Amino acid sequence: MSDDVLDQAAGWRGEGRKVAVATVVKTWGSSPRPVGSQLAVDAAGKFVGSVSGGCIEGAVIKEALDAIENGRPRLLDFGVTDEQAWDVGLACGGKVQVYVERLD
Amino acid sequence: MKPEILAALQKARADKRPVALVTNLKSGAQKLIYETEAEGPLCLDVDMLAGAADMLKRDESGTIQTGAGPIFVHAFNPPPRVIVVGAVHIAEPLVRIASLAGYGVTLVDPRRAFAASQKFEDYTVSNDWPDEAMAKLKPDVRTAIVTLTHDPKIDDPALEAALKSTAFYIGALGSRKTHAARLERLKARGFTDNEISRIRGPVGLAIGALSPAEIAVSIVAEITKIRRGE
Repeated sequence: MSDDVLDQAAGWRGEGRKVAVATVVKTWGSSPRPVGSQLAVDAAGKFVGSVSGGCIEGAVIKEALDAIENGRPRLLDFGVTDEQAWDVGLACGGKVQVYVERLD
Repeated sequence: MKPEILAALQKARADKRPVALVTNLKSGAQKLIYETEAEGPLCLDVDMLAGAADMLKRDESGTIQTGAGPIFVHAFNPPPRVIVVGAVHIAEPLVRIASLAGYGVTLVDPRRAFAASQKFEDYTVSNDWPDEAMAKLKPDVRTAIVTLTHDPKIDDPALEAALKSTAFYIGALGSRKTHAARLERLKARGFTDNEISRIRGPVGLAIGALSPAEIAVSIVAEITKIRRGE
């Protein structure tokens, strides 16, 4: 299970690293990764896994680093809008909701 | 996530015990739900508990709206399985591709010399006869079974056990002629036309596969289609 994101995250935490996990909790339309897909991030910004196949990872990692700092979980919405299209929108036109939490 | 929740979640997954992590997306409070019990601080009423347990049973993750905010149920079931009968040439790419696709793979071959190949050392191998192996493996609705040997002594007992199980996919390698003869033998053993129609033969999607790896791709593609698509 070495490619399992939660195993990786738990392993990092076990080494004493600060870790946050992002999970896709809802999708609409043709979102690239199914509900339950996960991304783990450590305090240095190292990450494994995927919540969108690359479109929104940058924004999620930023929020994850913030969650590592202050411990507050958060629920993020991503979709394609005119403003977001060149920023952190999903190229494929879907919408996703991502939950980010710190491993205490 | 509290350390005790993470530890219990990891333990359940390592033990291949079905578990759902239930999270209140507003408060962050969490609970672990097993088939018959639950642990953790998140408060859920009886209906919510039953709903989450039902989602776990259906291997479905998703968000439910409640008065206390949205609740996310993340189902972690042990991986679906593929039981491959026959450590023959095609078994090598088949166990690899099935593993890549996320299946827990068990290779069954009573002929120790076949299954002892280094190519299979990373996989669970049973040297039991297929009827004994199947009795131990207990195929269920999340199990696919593929026979590869062409040898009735090995394939047939595996197929009989498969037909008596709820396996979601049963495939048997062999030409149309081999397959017709196989179905006749199974009928003589008392299986009905309806029952034997569960066996996919010739096995795999018709993609013109020739090499062992291509045939393995077509088999895993067909398993995927049955599990996800049809």
